[in-house]
Amino acid sequence: MTDTAVHRIGRWALARIVRLGHATAFLHVLLVRSWRLPSRPGPAAAKAARLVVHQLFSVGVLTLAIILVSGIFVGMVLGLQGYNTLVDFGSEASLGLLVALSLTRELGPVVTALLFAGRAGSALTAEIGLMKATEQLAGMEMMAVNPMTRVIAPRFVAGLISLPLLAAMFTVIGIYGGYVVGVIQLGVDAGVYWSQMQDRVDFYDDVVNGLIKGVVFGFVVSWIAVFEGYDSVPTSAGVASATTRTVVSASLAVLGLDFIMTALMMGGS
Amino acid sequence: MNSPSTPDRDVLVDIRDVHFARAGRPVLQGMRLSVARGRITVILGGSGCGKTTLLNLIGGRLRPDRGEILVDGQSVPSLGTRALYELRKRMALLFQSGALFTDLTVFENVAFPIREHTRLPESLLRKVVLMKLETVGLRGARDLMPAELSGGMARRVALARAIALDPMMVMYDEPFTGLDPISMGVIAQLIRNLNRALGITSVVVTHDVAEAMTIADHVYLIGDGRVIAEGGPQAMQASSEEHVRQFLDGLPDGPVRFHYPAADYVDDLRHPGSRA
Amino acid sequence: MLNNRLIEFWVGVFVIAGLVALTTLAFRVSNLTAMETVDGYKVTARFNNVGQLKVKAPITLAGVRIGRVSEIVFDSDKYQAVVTLEIDGRFRKIPRDSSASILTAGLLGEQYVGLEAGADEEFLRQGDSLMLTQSALVLEKLIGQLVANLASSSGKK
Repeated sequence: MTDTAVHRIGRWALARIVRLGHATAFLHVLLVRSWRLPSRPGPAAAKAARLVVHQLFSVGVLTLAIILVSGIFVGMVLGLQGYNTLVDFGSEASLGLLVALSLTRELGPVVTALLFAGRAGSALTAEIGLMKATEQLAGMEMMAVNPMTRVIAPRFVAGLISLPLLAAMFTVIGIYGGYVVGVIQLGVDAGVYWSQMQDRVDFYDDVVNGLIKGVVFGFVVSWIAVFEGYDSVPTSAGVASATTRTVVSASLAVLGLDFIMTALMMGGS
Repeated sequence: MNSPSTPDRDVLVDIRDVHFARAGRPVLQGMRLSVARGRITVILGGSGCGKTTLLNLIGGRLRPDRGEILVDGQSVPSLGTRALYELRKRMALLFQSGALFTDLTVFENVAFPIREHTRLPESLLRKVVLMKLETVGLRGARDLMPAELSGGMARRVALARAIALDPMMVMYDEPFTGLDPISMGVIAQLIRNLNRALGITSVVVTHDVAEAMTIADHVYLIGDGRVIAEGGPQAMQASSEEHVRQFLDGLPDGPVRFHYPAADYVDDLRHPGSRA
Repeated sequence: MLNNRLIEFWVGVFVIAGLVALTTLAFRVSNLTAMETVDGYKVTARFNNVGQLKVKAPITLAGVRIGRVSEIVFDSDKYQAVVTLEIDGRFRKIPRDSSASILTAGLLGEQYVGLEAGADEEFLRQGDSLMLTQSALVLEKLIGQLVANLASSSGKK
């Protein structure tokens, strides 16, 4: 049987599809377990909440630093580049609007998701993969504690909650970064910076859509990170390659979904 | 409850004609063995003979392709998730690596199953954990992290955790492997004491003949996916069966061949580029 | 391993910061506050050409924002556009004979509806219609007119 390039591509594509099915079956179990987290009686719900809070710390709070710093820089660059372009058309008064729209619609959710995938996503994959490799997950199972409920679901839920919040913070700090460069450094009128923005940034079309993107990205990045860790080959090499896969797959998924969502959201008007 | 035949009161684990294959390769072929309640059963075998697979089958983490696995009268493969988890609370599996949670202290590790499955108040829980740690001689190590423990100590902590809920059975996966002679002796003594004092049924899977023989009530030697020989420790030592002799005496060549299957020696040397 | 209290504290800070960011986006960055028409009432106006007018476009009176366009539909019997104007309840003294024009903000900006107050003593109420309307100016027609005027004026010389 000859093994041509077509054969290989076909095999590769089939393997991808099988893996996606695997990941979807995993997602089904994960969603059931996550859904049931808060609904257990009394002290069990408090225990579940504590797990999620713990994960919110390692996934959300610890990612805050890189998000805020990146946000400021991106905002400042937008201010600088935006000013340079608008000034040629005499429209530098619209700088505030430019910065705000760029951030709320696109850069806020997308850049945050990419940074999140790199920092928090890879950490999640590595952590879970390592637990699998050292048989901690198996040990938990044998102690009649479901690792999906105890380990995986809280991390997924934490990622889902964190990303939209981080994206909002990125956006706001970026807008202020643009303000610092545009108004303080380049002389755009402060009042105009804000008034143009407040006039034309639509709450539903821009802010809410950006928030929706944040939630969708949070869902997808957390799913990928957690799945790759859970499915990793239980060796150190296996964990390393799973971590890389998380960052690459999550980043590509974010960019692809961004295009689809933008097309759907903007297409209407 | 789920088995078709009447459960034998003296047999805790009954493995009946189990077949299991992984990735096409047969691991267990017609495995038949039974674990007597309240006794120490040792399962000997070379590496890769399926000993760990057997433990995973008993624990319900794997399903046999054919055959029956009964634990305390219940058929493990046919249990639903909830029933399986209930059964697991009464069994404990001690992993070769200990499988301690690396982000928790020794105390928290042992406390874990108690916190998860009971509602004991903290004061009582503390006493129980300390008692379990005292049993394995590590009460003073309770605030250490797993990374700070030696291999032997880690395994002892794992044992304390395994008995935290007073299970009816503890399965030991290679408990002696990689330990110095003193630690090996410690583990062996712990296994024997737990069995004698608390009546915990013990299944020890190992290839460490010497230590195993000192504590065994019944020995199974497995190979080729099935039981090759079985009997009490003295009977095994006295056996003249060639598989038993090769394993117990550590003979390099016998029924388990020294040479990996290969082509004719002279041909291989003569023809460069030939494949095995 | 930070203790529980500290972790819960920082998570609390994190969530609060996130919510603050969201509120900032809602109220200081977007047009949410400006958009709310409190206790509004709806009035219609018919135009021959609405140009680029969009739903949610502002409605102004004397340059002050008093409401927004809530609906634009096509009347297939009269070949006209029927625009529904949602006016904020604070402005109830708009004369019934006021006129509505579709104007452009700046030279190439967004289009909006500008009202000019009339002289009637009766005021607009829910469901009323504005009779006097001025359709959007189509740029091409304006240029065409300009060219025609230039041609005729040079011809008259």
